[in-house]
Amino acid sequence: MRSRWSYVYFAFYLLLGVVLLFLNNDLSKAVITLMNVIIVLVPLIGTIFGVMYYYNSQEFTELLLAQPIKRSSIFLGQYLGVALSLSMSLILGLGIPFVFYGLFESSAIWDFSLLLITGTFLTLIFTALAFNIALSNENKIKGFGYAILLWLFLAVIYDGLFLMTLILFEDYPLDKVSLIGTMLNPIDLSRTLILLKLDISALLGYTGAVFKQFFGTSFGLIVSFVMLTIWVVMPVLRIVFKSKKKDF
Amino acid sequence: MRHILVLLAVILMAKLTVAQTVEVCKTCPISTLKDGIAQAKDFDTIVVKKGTYKEHNVLVNKPLTIIGENYPVIDGELKGEIITVTSDNVTVDGLFIINVGNSYTADYAAIRVKNSKNFLIQNLVLEKLFFGIYIEKSRDGKVFHNKIIGEAVEEYNSGNGIQLWYSRNVQIEHNFVQHVRDGIYLEFSNDCVIKNNVSALNVRYGLHFMFSNDDSYEDNTFENNGAGVAVMFSKRIQMFNNIFKENWGTASYGLLLKEINDAEIVGNTFENNTIGINIEGSNRINYKHNTFSNNGWAIKVKGACYTNIFTENNFLYNSFDIAYNSKVNDNEFDKNYWSSYTGYDLDKNGIGDIPYRPVKLFSYIVNRTPETIILLRSMFIDIIDFSEKVSPVFTPDDLLDNNPQIKKLTW
Repeated sequence: MRSRWSYVYFAFYLLLGVVLLFLNNDLSKAVITLMNVIIVLVPLIGTIFGVMYYYNSQEFTELLLAQPIKRSSIFLGQYLGVALSLSMSLILGLGIPFVFYGLFESSAIWDFSLLLITGTFLTLIFTALAFNIALSNENKIKGFGYAILLWLFLAVIYDGLFLMTLILFEDYPLDKVSLIGTMLNPIDLSRTLILLKLDISALLGYTGAVFKQFFGTSFGLIVSFVMLTIWVVMPVLRIVFKSKKKDF
Repeated sequence: MRHILVLLAVILMAKLTVAQTVEVCKTCPISTLKDGIAQAKDFDTIVVKKGTYKEHNVLVNKPLTIIGENYPVIDGELKGEIITVTSDNVTVDGLFIINVGNSYTADYAAIRVKNSKNFLIQNLVLEKLFFGIYIEKSRDGKVFHNKIIGEAVEEYNSGNGIQLWYSRNVQIEHNFVQHVRDGIYLEFSNDCVIKNNVSALNVRYGLHFMFSNDDSYEDNTFENNGAGVAVMFSKRIQMFNNIFKENWGTASYGLLLKEINDAEIVGNTFENNTIGINIEGSNRINYKHNTFSNNGWAIKVKGACYTNIFTENNFLYNSFDIAYNSKVNDNEFDKNYWSSYTGYDLDKNGIGDIPYRPVKLFSYIVNRTPETIILLRSMFIDIIDFSEKVSPVFTPDDLLDNNPQIKKLTW
């Protein structure tokens, strides 16, 4: 996609990476800061870009629809165009400064690659969700509103409700509930994935057997990736389904 | 003539007092260690040549020096205790002792020192053991350069690497203990020095104090144990320059303090532990120049801890710096470096201008409902932590570091 926004996005990450490394002088601390950025900003940017792109190119899309092209390939093409260019900007923008800083000699390389992988997943997920919202709402203002609300819900409100639930039901065994609660939110899931690398010693402080199995072995990593993949596939399928039925 | 007489007398006396050397080897007239000890007189040296000696219940009841050449193997064939020392001034050096008997009623040891003074146990290699070196009601001894490798899996059917019971003034240095229950265990043992040991992969504790006072341990490494070091019901223990790392698990600590008074904890490094230090009922302890990095909890205070002073420590990238389970605080935090400090230093004196609050609201929540740990580093948690920082409600409001350092401390 030759959108100048993806260049802006790329420049933003490049700047972020450089500034972080310049200020911290410590790769492992920079990775922690980056985690915060990735689980908050990446979904936000993915959502806004997705919605924006869809509404911007609506007229062109309608023109394309008049041509003998399959609907699913038009919309999937648009989706992949946005999602992949955003992912590339993320990977290159953050990757370049870190590579120059000496990432390959550092032990943080695995943490860092995990960050980039989850970042990419989040981009794919939230762009897909944004496309879904845009497809279902003709009204731009409404679409934007729902998209921002979705981000706010998954990034902040969900955790608040989750925390309240855990505290309210603290007398009951909660380890399964808390793991399932995490699985249902892609942002929490990505956060947990990164925590598995960064804060494993704290996570092992809790005595639940389910927790131990999840955090102590690679089981957690595998399950999380499977869940993330499902989170990508479901909304994409809905894009295909919805675009076939939609009346333009 | 008189000169010659004196000379003769001197030679004669020397002949009488100089220790004899008794050689033990498979083809010698004396072919077992037991025979060697029976033949030897006081202050003799027994040299055990290379070979395998199937012996157990070897009793050393006179002051002897037993030296192994090229690590002869003393094989207990799992029949019970192997060497028991009951005399003063005994040296045991350079043996390879294996196959100590297992028992649920008797604490069989590879080598037991009982009611003895001035003993020296060094350069031993112990394998397949129940208890390793067991010092009982003894004093003024040295345990140097031993290598103890057990096969412990469960607590109830395994023994300790080096155990001191009712002993005084024993020096334990440069030992290497692995895969036993407690690497080094002191019970009712005072004035001991434990230095430069490596205690790793043990089922329970790397080092364990019970009812032992005035001991010190320095420059040791405790790695990957059930818990690094447990100091319980003891007074005036000095803990200097030790390394506690990778003690991971649900009930795992780098250092566990329970009912400890007047201790000094200086210059230690706590790295990658689930809990760096777990403190319970411990008073008047000085924590200085320690480094806590990448722990789950750097310090967990469980109550009844008064007048502990934490100064000039580094707290680096711990998931939680300090956890409290009450609102009362009588401990002092001053001049520490906290990597999560976000204040500023306008007057450029190296000290942050606003105080740092090491206890987060989230650590209070996790204390209450442990499952919430899964929300660690979530944005919502950051928001509630921030609001608690602005106006503390749940955490002790006088728990502050008024002089947080801007740069990491070096000593």
